[in-house]
Parts: sequence; C-alpha cells; structure tokens
Amino acid sequence: MNTYRVERWTRSGRVTVGAAAAALLMLALLPVLASGLVIDKLTTLFIYVLLAVMWNLLAGYAGLVSVGQQAFFGVGGYLALRLVDAGMAPYLALLVGAAGAGIAAIPISTFALRLRGGEFAIAMWVIAEVLRIVVMFDPLVQGETGTSLLALNALDPELRRNLTYWLGLGSVALMLSATFWLLRSRIGATAQAIRDDEEAAASIGIDVMRIKQIIFVLAAFGCALAGTIWLASAITFLPRTNFGVQWTVFMLFMVLVGGLKTFEGPIVGAVLFFLLQEIFGDFGVWYLTGLGAIAVGFALYLPDGLWGTWRQRTGIDLLSGGFMLRWPLSEANDE
Amino acid sequence: MLDALIQGILLGGYYAILAAGLSLMFGVVRFINLAHGDLAIFGAYLVLFAVEVLGLSPWVAVAAVVPVMALLGWVLQATLFARTTRGGFLLPLLTTFGLGAVLQNGMFGLFGSDTRSLGNHIGNLSWASWQLPFGISVGQLPVITFAVAVTVLGTLQLVLSFSKLGRAIRATSSDPEAAELSGIDARAVHRAAAAIAVALAGLAGAFLAMRALINPYAGPAQLIFAFEAVVIGGIGSLWGTLIGGIVLGVAQSFGATISAQGFQLAGHLVFLGVLGVRLYLAHRRNLGGWRSVLRLPIPPPKPVPPLQSATSEGQS
Amino acid sequence: MTMLKVDNLVAGHGLLTAVRNVSFSVEPGAVLGANGAGKTTLFRTLAGVHRAESGGVMLDGLDITPLSPSRRVASGIAMVPEGRRLFADMSVRENLQVAGENGRRGDWTLDSVLAALPSLKTLLDVAADGLSGGQRQAVAIGRALMSNPKVLLLDEVSLGLSPVAIEGLYEQLAGLKGRGDTTMIVVEQDLDRAMGFSDRVICLLEGRIALEGAPAALGKQAVTEAYFGLAHKETTDA
Repeated sequence: MNTYRVERWTRSGRVTVGAAAAALLMLALLPVLASGLVIDKLTTLFIYVLLAVMWNLLAGYAGLVSVGQQAFFGVGGYLALRLVDAGMAPYLALLVGAAGAGIAAIPISTFALRLRGGEFAIAMWVIAEVLRIVVMFDPLVQGETGTSLLALNALDPELRRNLTYWLGLGSVALMLSATFWLLRSRIGATAQAIRDDEEAAASIGIDVMRIKQIIFVLAAFGCALAGTIWLASAITFLPRTNFGVQWTVFMLFMVLVGGLKTFEGPIVGAVLFFLLQEIFGDFGVWYLTGLGAIAVGFALYLPDGLWGTWRQRTGIDLLSGGFMLRWPLSEANDE
Repeated sequence: MLDALIQGILLGGYYAILAAGLSLMFGVVRFINLAHGDLAIFGAYLVLFAVEVLGLSPWVAVAAVVPVMALLGWVLQATLFARTTRGGFLLPLLTTFGLGAVLQNGMFGLFGSDTRSLGNHIGNLSWASWQLPFGISVGQLPVITFAVAVTVLGTLQLVLSFSKLGRAIRATSSDPEAAELSGIDARAVHRAAAAIAVALAGLAGAFLAMRALINPYAGPAQLIFAFEAVVIGGIGSLWGTLIGGIVLGVAQSFGATISAQGFQLAGHLVFLGVLGVRLYLAHRRNLGGWRSVLRLPIPPPKPVPPLQSATSEGQS
Repeated sequence: MTMLKVDNLVAGHGLLTAVRNVSFSVEPGAVLGANGAGKTTLFRTLAGVHRAESGGVMLDGLDITPLSPSRRVASGIAMVPEGRRLFADMSVRENLQVAGENGRRGDWTLDSVLAALPSLKTLLDVAADGLSGGQRQAVAIGRALMSNPKVLLLDEVSLGLSPVAIEGLYEQLAGLKGRGDTTMIVVEQDLDRAMGFSDRVICLLEGRIALEGAPAALGKQAVTEAYFGLAHKETTDA
C-alpha cells in the first residue's frame, strides 16, 4: 500500500496558470481599449519575452550555449519576405517563414549538435554569419540596403498593428505553453540530465542527440517567430540588423538578469530589459555601456539573476516543473 | 593567384598574434574571452592616442602600449575573470560579452565613431612593397607583421617549454589542483596568462590599425576570425594557431578575389568545413563511421580466428 | 613535540559532514596510518584543497588553517593525491622540476629524489602519460618529495597497482621512513600493509575517530572491526 502520492502541481502552480490564462484573455482584448503606442510597445515586449524564453530553454535547460540564434531570427524574416514576394498573404507568410526556419534548423542541428561547448557556441555564430552573407546575395534583399515587406503597407496601419500584436501574443502564449509542457514532460527531465552530465545521461540510455535536437528546433522556431514579428512591426529587413549578434547579446542579458535555469526568470529579465530600453534607450551609447556594466555586475554579484536569487531567498516557485512526494498524515488520507 | 596565396599566408601572421592570446586564455585559464577582439581594438586606440595626442612615434607607441595592455589583462583577471569561473561555462561568456559592450560603447563615447587608422603615421609602410622574382610583390607591412608573429610565438613557446613560469603555466593548464599541490599559486598563473593574452591582443590591434581602418565596433568581427583560427589550428597548440591563422588568411584571400563578401564567407566555410572533417574523422574512429551518422545498420564483426598459442606477456 | 596537530576538524560536502571533530597529533618522523570513511576528505582538508568548516591544523607550531594549498606546500605539508594526478603532457623530469621550483628549499633535489626512487632514473624524459601505474606512483611520490615537506600525506598509493608494484613501492617507502626526517600520514586499504608500515593508526568511522593506537597494541581484529563499524555501534548518534 502506497504511503505517498506523487504530485505535479502545487497550489501556487495552479493559481499561476489560472492568472496567466486570465492575463492572456485581457491582453487579447487590449487592442480594443488601449492606444496604438501601448500596443506597439507590448509587441516589442512579446518579442523580448520570446527570445529570452527560447535562449533559456537552450542554455538553461539543455546546456546548449548558442551565440548564433540570430540565424533563425533572420532566416524566419527572410523566408517570409520570399514567400510574400511569391504571392502569399503577409501574415500567413510570417508563420510559414518561421516554420521554415524551424525546419532549416534540423539539418543545422545534425552538424552543430555534435560540437561541444565553445566550438558549438562559435560555430552557431559563424553559421549565422554565413546565412547573413548568403541572404545578402539574393537580389531581393539588395545587399546591405535591405528591403521592406511592402505588402504590409497595403493594410490599414491600425489593423496591421493589431494583427502583429495578436501574432506576438499568440506566439508568446504558444511557446510558453510548449516550453512549460516540454519541461514537465520526460523530455524536460532528460534534457536537464544531459545538461548536468552528458556522459552519465547517455550511459543510462538517453538518446542525447534526439533530445538536444528537439529542443534546438523548438528554440529555433521560437526565435524565428520573434524575427517575423519584428519584421511585421518594423517592416524593413536589414541583413545586418536581422542577423545581428546584438540579438544574442540581448538574450544573454535578459536571461542572466532574470535568472538562468528557471522558468519565470527569462520573463522577468525580458520585462526589465524592456523597461530599461524604454526609459534609457535615448541615451544611446552610454546606455549600451551601462547595460554591459549591469551585465557584468550581475555576473559578479547576482549570478542567479533576479528571479533565481529571489527564489533562493524565499523558496517560492510560481510554477514548479518537478515532482513532489506527498506523505499523508494518516492512513485515512490514502486513496 | 599566387599573390592571393602570399597575401593570405602573411595575413595569417596577424591572425596568429590575435588568436594566440585567445588560445592561451582558453588553454590555461579555461576561459573564453568574448571581449578579446574589443581588447585588441582598445589597444589600437591606445596606440592611436599615444601617436596623435602624445606625439610618440608609432613603434615606440606600440612598445609602450603592450605593457599597459598586459597590466590591463592582469587586472581584468584578478578582479573580473577569476570571479566568474565558478559559475560554470556560461558566466564567463556573459561577463565578457558585457565587458565587450562596455569597451565598444566606451570607445565610441571617447573616440567617436569615425574610422581611424595608423596607416597615416607609418610613412609609406602600409602600402609599400618589395619586389620579388617572378613578378611577385609582397607588402612590407604584412611581412613585418608575419615576422613579428613568428618571433612572438616562438618566444612564447620557448618560455612555455623552458622557463619556470612556462612550466607552471603548463602544469596549471594540465591539472590546476595538482599544480596547487605542487606549490604553484594557480591564481597567479592565471593572472600571468591573462596579462600575456591581453598584451598579444593589443599588439594585434596595433597591426590591424596599421593596415586597415578601425572603428569602436570592429571587435566582434576580429573575434570571430580569431576563434576560427584557433579552432582550425586545433585548440591547445601555439604553432597550430599559426597554421590555423594561415589557413584562414589564405581562404579569405582567395575568397576576396571572387567578391567583397567572399572574403568573410570563404573563411567561415573553411572553418565549418574543418569542423565537419574533424567530426567525420572522430566518427570513423568511434562508432561505425558514416554508417551511424546515416543510421544504417552496422554489419556484425567478422569472427576472430582462435589464438595460436598461449604466450603470456609480462606487464608492469 | 608534535609535527602535526589537528584540532577538532570539521569538514563536509554541502549537507554531508565527512569529517566530524577529528583531533590527533603526529610526532616528527612518525608514520600514521589512517583509514575509514572520511579519510580522503580529511587529507584534502589537511592539504588545503578543501575548506574546513571549523577546527584547526598546526604544522610544526604554525597555524596553517587559513592558508591556500600552495602556501601550505611552502610551509611544509605535501600530498601525494589519490590517483596520482601527474601533469600528463609533461615529462617526468618536468613533473619533478615543477614541484622543486615551487616548493620549499631543502635536502630533496632532483638527484636525491632519484637516489631514493631509483626506478625513475631511466624515465626522466618520458612523458607522464606514457608510464605504467607503478611508475606514475613513484613519480607522484617523488614530486611531493621535491617540495621538501615536513609532513607527507600519501593517499591510497597502492590504488590500482599490481602486487609486484606495490611491493616495490613500499620498499622505497620503507627506505624513506628509515631516514627518519619525514613525517608521514598514509591512507592504505590493505590493513596488513598499513599496520606493518605505521607507527600508529587511526580508524575513522563515519567521520569520527573510532580507534587509535599502536598496531601491535591494537591487533588486526580490533582494527578490522573499527573499519567495518562493528565494535562501535553505540557511538553513532543522530
């Protein structure tokens, strides 16, 4: 007779999910109430959240540190451009473009995932650069000048803004749910095992390559979605910007400041980063210097990030990804 | 064609100086310094400052800046890098990325965004060339850079092989704890290695500024080339880094003859290609070779013929 | 007159306390045998690679508790670590040189170490990873001697060696003991050998000293029981 139960949900977990669902509903209705400026800003926030969560999925949970996620950010946008040029409706092209980038991640992963540590990180960066240069050869992109998703201009600006917003909101909801579900599934546990000790994980029969691939492709898709949403809101496609390594820098910053290896951390980091951009962005160069200094400060003094440190101090976990054993107080509590 | 080859080889000298520092940090301190390129550019700006504001002659300026960069490396290791190695693999990456951002934007704030060059200050050295037989001309500056590279790397290799510091460095990179148990202060060794690495970065930056234009954001591009050189040549070997630099330089030179973008693209493709070949060779050694990559069934081993006689060999 | 005095040492790994209030002292030139759970943590704490949570270590009257490993070597305590931990791509000569250059000044030089461990004479320019287990162990001991230690810690020197190699090793160690100028603490699984070689033994049970004394006085039975925790069940408390 079992004297314990295995539970996956804490009370705070249930409450959080409920609150998240309510927030999602409210956010979906927001375009009706709020001004265009708010919608625009929130769309940017969604992009940051997406990027942060995806990078954390790769690095924090699977132990894959990639300095080249901007590859998929750019490829998603590029494929969308090409599809629209071929006649597809713009918003559909955005989704298909992102999916295409995710598919492109599969062959890339069979090569890149066999590399370790530093080689993997740099190889991803090089791959992003290669893709940027190759994309620049396409006459449609016009080299350094870039091009624009003009088809979007045909739409009413308010409609375009709202559609982009909903695309962003939907993407965030989708990827957060997918990530959450993934982490609580077997894949999540095996991924963390791989992150902690790859050899040991392989020795107990875990298909290391397959797990890494799943996470890699999912993260690529998420980054590509962010890239297409960015394209939809900015309309212009500049290779140096869309394939720029600064996206990785932002992802690193958000995850470091928010808290690596936690689920909520990257969201906290994204919000903070967004606020910093909003308040100090106009200070230009010194703002970026300050960002770098903040990153260094966190690395030295708060390596667990804001959420990670808070979690350690208070022991509060909004959403737990683990298993809990519950011992009943008496036999009468057993089922 | 031959021109491109020679140019490429000489370019490799520059890459070797830049990459050697990176390789040293990674090999000894086990630290990937993503700000290495930015430190090189910073060194270049320091030399520019010494020449344009303090009025020193370029070579004197370089000789003065190198020790300053060494001191900077020492300080960075003592205050920053050493604190981050506890955080596993990720924290050094994040920290040095942050450091790079501080350097880039700080330099922009201090020196502005205009591209600068040391080329104006070294007379005609940046474009002068020597005429060799068969109609080949080699640039004087690239030859000097290459010569300095070989000298510097050679000296470094001698130091590593035959000096007390060199032995301490090798021991620390082999097994830091055992080194401590042998009386070596590993942290001091790390500081020495960082000082050498950043000094080399500064030297490389100076040579870059002599042959090209630099701006505050040029660091990451150089960093990626330095990494490629290190990985192509094989992590952990100084002469390998020289060879890696040469291979990269040659690839880039040939790529440049095709198109402007070809310069970078060729280097990247060669880098990925070298990694790919290494993976392939590792596979052949480990498992059923390419068959396992394609997930084809591996044929059963042939039966082994029985032993002829039971001779036993002594084993210590 | 003690060479090494350990006072209420407590050390652990996270929540696990491996060394609990261990106290003992060793006279100059004596050999102490140690065994039981917690021995490697004890050694690593004595060498300075592991931080003690509380308690102190005095070496020849000097409090070495706050010192880092390399400073402890400079004070005169050297460890031959478990698994030897040689510098794989350096030659035997270089392995010895490194320790000699960074340790204390004293009688042990390359020549005198080679005289004490003659098997190394022909191996000087061989890379460390090309040696057999027994040869590596000799190099590891030689390397520690090059630091001119007052106290030598030998952690499981017979680990993974063939009986012949162990025999040769202990012959050389006996020669070392005979010189009378090196205090040694030896961790040795082979109880016969440990008791034959040591002047005194201590047995750790779950981090505490369960038994200590001269081997002749204790007898193998008592030591075995202490090692397996058979005789002292009542000392284990929650």
